Formats: sequence, structure tokens, C-alpha cells
Amino acid sequence: MTDTLLTVDDLCVEIPTRRGILKPVDHVSLTIARGEILGVVGESGAGKSMTGNAVIGLLDPPAHISGGQIHLNGRRIDNLSRDKMRRVRGKEIGMVFQDPLTSLNPLLPIGDQLTETITEHLGVTQAEARKRAIAALEEVGIPAAKSRIDSYPHEFSGGMRQRVVIALALCAEPDLVIADEPTTALDVSVQAQIISLLKRLCRERGTGVMLVTHDMGVIAEASDRVAVMYAGRLAEIGPVRQVLTEPQHPYTAGLMGSTPGASLGRKRLNQIPGTMPGLSAVPDGCAYNPRCPRAEAKCRAEPRPPMTNGAACWFPGEVKI
Amino acid sequence: MSVIVRITGLTRIFDVSKPWLNRLLERRPKAFLKAVSDVSLEIEERSVYALVGESGSGKSTIGNMVVGLLAPSEGSVEINGVDLYREKDEAKVDKVRSDIQMIFQSPYASLNPRWKVRNIIAEPVAARGGDTKGLAEKLLEQVGLSPADADKFPHEFSGGQRQRICIARALASNPKLIVCDEPTSALDVSVQAQVLNLMSDLQEDLGLTYLFITHDLTVVQHMADTVGVLYLGRLVEEAPRDELFEKPRHPYTQMLFEAAPRIDAFGREVDPPKGEIPDPINPPSGCAFHPRCPFAIDRCKTERPEMRKLGKARVACHVAEA
Repeated sequence: MTDTLLTVDDLCVEIPTRRGILKPVDHVSLTIARGEILGVVGESGAGKSMTGNAVIGLLDPPAHISGGQIHLNGRRIDNLSRDKMRRVRGKEIGMVFQDPLTSLNPLLPIGDQLTETITEHLGVTQAEARKRAIAALEEVGIPAAKSRIDSYPHEFSGGMRQRVVIALALCAEPDLVIADEPTTALDVSVQAQIISLLKRLCRERGTGVMLVTHDMGVIAEASDRVAVMYAGRLAEIGPVRQVLTEPQHPYTAGLMGSTPGASLGRKRLNQIPGTMPGLSAVPDGCAYNPRCPRAEAKCRAEPRPPMTNGAACWFPGEVKI
Repeated sequence: MSVIVRITGLTRIFDVSKPWLNRLLERRPKAFLKAVSDVSLEIEERSVYALVGESGSGKSTIGNMVVGLLAPSEGSVEINGVDLYREKDEAKVDKVRSDIQMIFQSPYASLNPRWKVRNIIAEPVAARGGDTKGLAEKLLEQVGLSPADADKFPHEFSGGQRQRICIARALASNPKLIVCDEPTSALDVSVQAQVLNLMSDLQEDLGLTYLFITHDLTVVQHMADTVGVLYLGRLVEEAPRDELFEKPRHPYTQMLFEAAPRIDAFGREVDPPKGEIPDPINPPSGCAFHPRCPFAIDRCKTERPEMRKLGKARVACHVAEA
């Protein structure tokens, strides 16, 4: 991979509880290059949002990084102090959350929120920051940005609000954007607008994106590479076309089989039996073994399968969609 | 095949005015929102009719009027020939009502957390004084859960299992028609597949009719026999599934299909649709879609298009061609 922007190496996140330690992120390694969109998919509880939050340093205590390293632009960022991490957040890593209403302050005009971020991270004057804020709003396609800049979040529709959040994430010109389910709360037509906006901005600026979502369609259209997560672990990672059309890991194959759009013309969907285990009951060996059609004794015994050719499976490619 | 649901000229208007004192002081008129506007459709027995549309298109409002949770402002809903709101014979209405059941979007909000699963499932029958002995156990088995689960409480189940309980409850009174309002939107894909498969199996085994309300086009394409597309409370296109997906005729349907993310469209560059859904309190004149429509002509701005028969489809558009 040329020009690596983000390297996550063997990342572990732990949550100590009274009933033992939970591992929502368990030995995850991935990289993002400049200008690349890495999709992170998985079902709820797979640890995809936790991975994003760990990278940007927004884990809610008692969750904490218990192992591994995160490098951004060659600099280690997982062990920075709160104050130093605050400088990185916003300036080097931008964040777009799922719900655009809760990620904006309802009491401040959007202009104030944008200029605050810009003056804080770029050290420019108020007047200059306002100019840049208007430019940022224009870039994300807010009509009449000059007059809308003093509006409050509630005066915008859902799609427009998400555009404001994207402008906010990009206004300090970060190298990396973490987009956590950015379109899940939006309608299909608005979703298409937001996805194409994200793609365009990242290509133009060479920003790397970690796109966290559960929607396979969004992943297929937007991302260059995809990482599939299951029970806190990476099941498979690779170029998006290869992973979605010729999955090596049985879980990816199962996921594709149960997506209605992918199995067109079939009377029944290929369902995966059972559900993802809770974090307190992850089985020994491969976490997927109780639901896997190919599992045998080796899969149930430790150690868990190593990552080979982009899939953490002892029998890669043997289960078809 | 006979028609089980006949909806004619259905309209529902909500009063969304501010409180009277505000209206007086701010000199504002009353405000009305037409959530559903002159919708007519028929659902055949043993078929799956899907209503699709974006938020605010009125699909859930129609569902609520079909089950009888909301009264229409104008028009009528006939189930098996009985008009739910005008029929005077209580016994007839009562009989029809027991033929209709509903499955809601959130399996977390639609199960009483303080009731045992047995009581939840048997409620539709118990409420009418029917015999509920062994009923819950039988239904739990039918939806793929264990009969022993009857003594548990809803919090002991996962989202997918809860939705199975909701389905079991809907089946309890032996309904003919089930209105499913976004039944799988809150579920993960692998669980969604299980629930959709279960629903298809039950439909075949029990001869059910589904009115399927969803915004997910892939689910529609998988489940539906007939699809109705709604925009701003109006039915803009209705067609058999394959016909609709092969040849969408209304410009809004075309836009919706174009915008939906496709799993086989790697790195597709879409020209995203322009604009957003207009304010439903002041909808555009004429065809509600004309401000966003690439084919709009002057006539679209003034005259609301009637439903026209084009091939196997019905389309409400001045420009659409067979």
C-alpha cells in the first residue's frame, strides 16, 4: 500500500465489568491510505464503531485501549495525553456521526460551531474563519451559504444537517475522516447525495475515510477496500469487489447470502443460523464456529485462525455465497 | 383471486396548527398536513403488496388506516367488502377486525416488558374470550422458538427473536391479512434474512396476505408481488414487482431506484438526485414531484396527474409512456 495514512496494529479494547473483561475490539489490524475509503461492516455489536472511536480517542470509560498501536502519518497517537489528543481530533481526524441532530449544538448557530473549530485548529482570525466557514458550507452544497451560516441546526432538514456535520468534520482539513453510519438516519435519495459528496471531497483532498456502516450496498458503492468484523474481530479484509463477490471467510459469504439484493431471484434468502454471540460469551477458537457450516474440531480449539490472504479462517474460500 | 383489501380515494388530514392562543397572537391560520391524499388500490388475497416511499410519504398512515388505528378523513377502506368506518353492523366489523393483525417496526417497543411471552401471544385470542390453552406453545414452535420460551419475559430475547414473538402474536387470531410496518428495519441483515424467510414460509403455509410497508427496496424486490410507490402522500406508481423493477415508469420511481445503493455497483458514480422532499404542509401545486422532476412540463405545475393504466402498471404522471 502506497502512502499509508493510518495504521492500526493489533488493537485491543477492553471494558472491565463485574462479570469479567469484555473485548469489543480484539486484535484488529488495518491500514488506510491517503485518499482511500475503507468500509468497515458488521452487524450490531461487531465492534465497528468501537474501532472508530478508539482511533479518534473517544472511548467512553471504562472502555480503554489495552493493547496494540495506532499510527497516524507515522506518529503514534494511541498513547497521547488528553490534551494532545484534543489537538489531533478535529485537525488531523474529523468525525461524522450517525445522527446529525445530536452532533450539532442546538443552541449555537452553525456558523459559530464552524468558526470555533477553524480558529481553534488553524489559528486564523475570526473574519478569516467566517470566510472559510462559508466556503466550507458552499463546498458541501448548502444553498445560499452566506445567509444560512447564522441559522440554527433545527432550521435545516436532516440531509442538510448531515452536510453541515460533514463541513464541520472537514473544515480544519483533516487527513482522516471517520464516518460512523453517516447515512443510516437518512432517506435513500438524500443518502445518495451524502455518499457522493463524501466520495468527491475525499478524492479532491486526498483524505482517507473510515466508513463504518452495516449497509452492504453503501459499502459496495463507496469504498475501495472493506473490512468485515465479527464479534470484535476482523473476519476478512480486502479490495471491495473481491471481498463481496468472492468472499474467503464463511461469515462474509453468509452475510452476502442473507442480503436481499445480492441473492436476487432466489425464493429464499440464505440465512445464517443463530445470532452473533454476546461479548461475554465469545466461543473458543474462531468466534464464528457455532454458526459456520464448515466448522470442525480445529475451529473450536484455540488458537484462533490467523489472518491468511485477508481472511481469518482455517478453510478460506470453501464456503460459497 | 379475490380482492381482500379495497382502498378508494383514501385521504387523511392531520391538524398541525399551533395552539389557539399562538394563532391569535401571531395571526396565523390553521395548518393542515395531508399525510395521505386520494390513494386508491386493491390488494389480492394471498399476495404481498408492498408500499414503498421515503419518510413522510404516508406509508405508515395508510397501514394504520387499514388496521383501523386511524380513521380516514375521506375515502374508504374495505376489507372483504366491509367498510371498517361506515359499516353499522357491529358484528360484521368485529368479524373483519379479527382477520387483521399488525407487526410493528420496533420489537423492543411493541412487547409489554412486564408480561410473560405466553400472555403476550395469547392476548389477541384472550381479549375475545377464546380458548388459549397451549396456543402460545404451538405458535412459538411455528415461528422457530422453543415452547419453553412461553414462560420467559421479552427482555430475555434478542431483537430477531422478539420479532418472531411479534409474528407469533399476530398469528394467534388466525388472521387473513397482516400489515407489516417496517418489520425488519431494526434488525441486522443475517437476522433480517431469518425473519423474511419465516414470513414467506408462513404466508405459503397459512395463505396469508401481507401489506408490507418499507423503505428498503431490496426487501421489496425480494418479498413483494405488487408494489405501490408513494410520494408525499400520493400513490405515484403501482405495478407487479418484476414489471416495476424492470421498467419503472414514473420519474420519481426511476430516481428512487437510481439512488438506492446497489450491492453489485462497485465504485458506481451516481448523479445524485436533486433537492429534497418538499414541505407536506404546503405541497407543490399540480404534480407534487414537479420541482424535482427532470421531465416536468408546464401542465405538471398546474394539473394533478390522474392514475393512468400503462401496460401492467398504473402511473400518475402526465409524461410517462407505456
